[in-house]
Amino acid sequence: MAEIRIEALTKSFGDFTAVAGSNFTIRDGEFFVMLGPSGCGKTTTLRMIAGLEMPTSGRILLDGEDVTFNRASQRDIAFVFQLFALYPHMNVRQNISFPLRVQGVSRREVRARTEEVAKMLEIDNLLSRRVSGLAAGDRQRVALGRAIVRRAKAFLMDEPLGALDAEFRDRMCEELRLLHDRIGATTVYVTHDQIEAMAMADRICVMNKGEVLQIGVPMEVYERPATRFVAGFIGSPSMNFLPAQGGFQAGATAIRVNGASLAMPQAREGLAATDAVLGARPEHITIADEGPLRGRVFAVEYMGARQLVTVDTDAGRLRVRAPNTVRAKTGETVGLTFDAERLVVFDPVSDRAVRSALFEGDVVAEERA
Amino acid sequence: MSVAAYSVGEASPRQKLLAGVLVVAYALVTMIPLVWIVLTGFKSPPASISYPPQVLFEPTLEGYVNLFTTRSRQTPEYIESLGPAETWYDALVRERNMVITGKSRFAGRYMNSVIIGFGSTFLAVFLGTLAAYAFSRFKVPLKDDLMFFILSTRMMPPVAVAIPIYLMYRELGLSDTHLGMILLYTAVNLSLSVWLLKGFVDEIPREYEEAAVVDGYTRFQAFVKVVLPQMRAGIAATAIFCLIFAWNEYAFALLLTSGTAQTAPPFIPIIIGEGGLDWPAVAAGTTLFLVPVVVFTVLLRKQLLRGITFGAVRR
Repeated sequence: MAEIRIEALTKSFGDFTAVAGSNFTIRDGEFFVMLGPSGCGKTTTLRMIAGLEMPTSGRILLDGEDVTFNRASQRDIAFVFQLFALYPHMNVRQNISFPLRVQGVSRREVRARTEEVAKMLEIDNLLSRRVSGLAAGDRQRVALGRAIVRRAKAFLMDEPLGALDAEFRDRMCEELRLLHDRIGATTVYVTHDQIEAMAMADRICVMNKGEVLQIGVPMEVYERPATRFVAGFIGSPSMNFLPAQGGFQAGATAIRVNGASLAMPQAREGLAATDAVLGARPEHITIADEGPLRGRVFAVEYMGARQLVTVDTDAGRLRVRAPNTVRAKTGETVGLTFDAERLVVFDPVSDRAVRSALFEGDVVAEERA
Repeated sequence: MSVAAYSVGEASPRQKLLAGVLVVAYALVTMIPLVWIVLTGFKSPPASISYPPQVLFEPTLEGYVNLFTTRSRQTPEYIESLGPAETWYDALVRERNMVITGKSRFAGRYMNSVIIGFGSTFLAVFLGTLAAYAFSRFKVPLKDDLMFFILSTRMMPPVAVAIPIYLMYRELGLSDTHLGMILLYTAVNLSLSVWLLKGFVDEIPREYEEAAVVDGYTRFQAFVKVVLPQMRAGIAATAIFCLIFAWNEYAFALLLTSGTAQTAPPFIPIIIGEGGLDWPAVAAGTTLFLVPVVVFTVLLRKQLLRGITFGAVRR
């Protein structure tokens, strides 16, 4: 079990900067998910923590010890690969026990620990099988078993569910999280799938173009996005962005969109730019006749408990998540109201969210209240 | 007439039959010389040159006895005076008014072939595996040029380099030595083995080694425990190709060996010159000469089949 500290970590491949000066700390026993589109540097960061890639600059500390240039084999970190990397010439037992056999553990203990792990993962009946014949889910479990059996300081997982089909992925998500809760090992998990991240993470680290944009508990990343990229990347359907006529002082509580004045969380800083971007999640918009913004219904998608209504307004096309009791027909003109406390204003120049009342207090506690 | 439907690509029974007949016919045609050699090995010298050729004959081991012995012709009286023959092969030889005077050089030449053939195959595959791994996994400066250079060593015909090598070997004291021949065949085979094996290493994903390294193994241990076992098919295929070359090589062997290190290929024709045209002995030598390659190939055939598809078949 360990704490992992990343200090000013940078990795360049020639002219391309894969990771640009990351700084963060992964707490002991935490399930830490690194989320971002492909090519954002999350896998490179993970590989540097594992020692499979050497950083261009910066430091990596494992429990306070500088391991930046230690060999991978000397870091005591377990890695689960995307395509599992199970050794095809070994059976399940040999695969799981492989890391133990180099450590000089007695044969009896290797046996006992392998079987214990297999039992925990419910693959003890497969121990003598060849890995090439296994189903994807069982391969996944063998890969996990190989990581767990060592009792390493930390687990690193590189999109371990990417090779599974959707149905199975949900189940493995749940199992992975339960497993983590039982073992309590520090886990760093890389994925581009926001649903996986939301479902499993203690904290999520959102990256794009080599930069860490935001780190926070899932609710924080969702409710209080630090940048426009984070806001757009997380959530499905993603956040609506409306062009707003900005330029306000600290303390402002409203913003103008196409002549309509919309209430917003009280700003804690001013915005100099005259054009701002207003972000509103689909569930924070309500269809109501008296709404300040009006538009024509373009499409209605029925989704069971909810429906997704697409409305064309003068400020652009908006997606609204509405209860299916609301009657909305294609072609009708409807009014829209906004949940004033949930709106986010983004600075159009830096793309950062303007600090406001939304970003104050403990997000988790508030949600429960 | 009934009309049967077949999917595109699947052969009809008639096509299958035709294909089968063609394959069997081709196999027979190519097998005939081989079968003839094996049969001739069991004929008596008169039967081997009789016309019309005999297909059915009384088998004898005379050819094999002649292959492994030297004999001298004696008068019947002298043979009479020796008393009854002690062994079956003595008896066989005396029927032709001859007595065995000693062992022939064939066994020694055959051992030379075994030592040089397998020795150079082992070396070529061993060095080739390490080189292929390095070329596949490490950043080697001028990698492509080096790979081409390695291949180009194979482009010159042996005859073109035979004389320079002969002179070099004489200076170095390597001519007519086992070591010299092993080094030479290794050098020639290395280009083939590096190129073939690099293809096989390229097929193995790096993740296997990375997984092993993270699991606490050194890079070399990962190579031995994870990469090598997955290269088995490729190594087997490469070894067979190398062995076949070293085993059959004639030009260098003829030029560079004469006594202690002479291999079987330049020796077998010499048999013809020793005491008349002894075709059964030549055929017996040829038959025995074929055995190791056939056995080696049969033993490794499973790996070979997978190997010569060059990784096209996913496991």
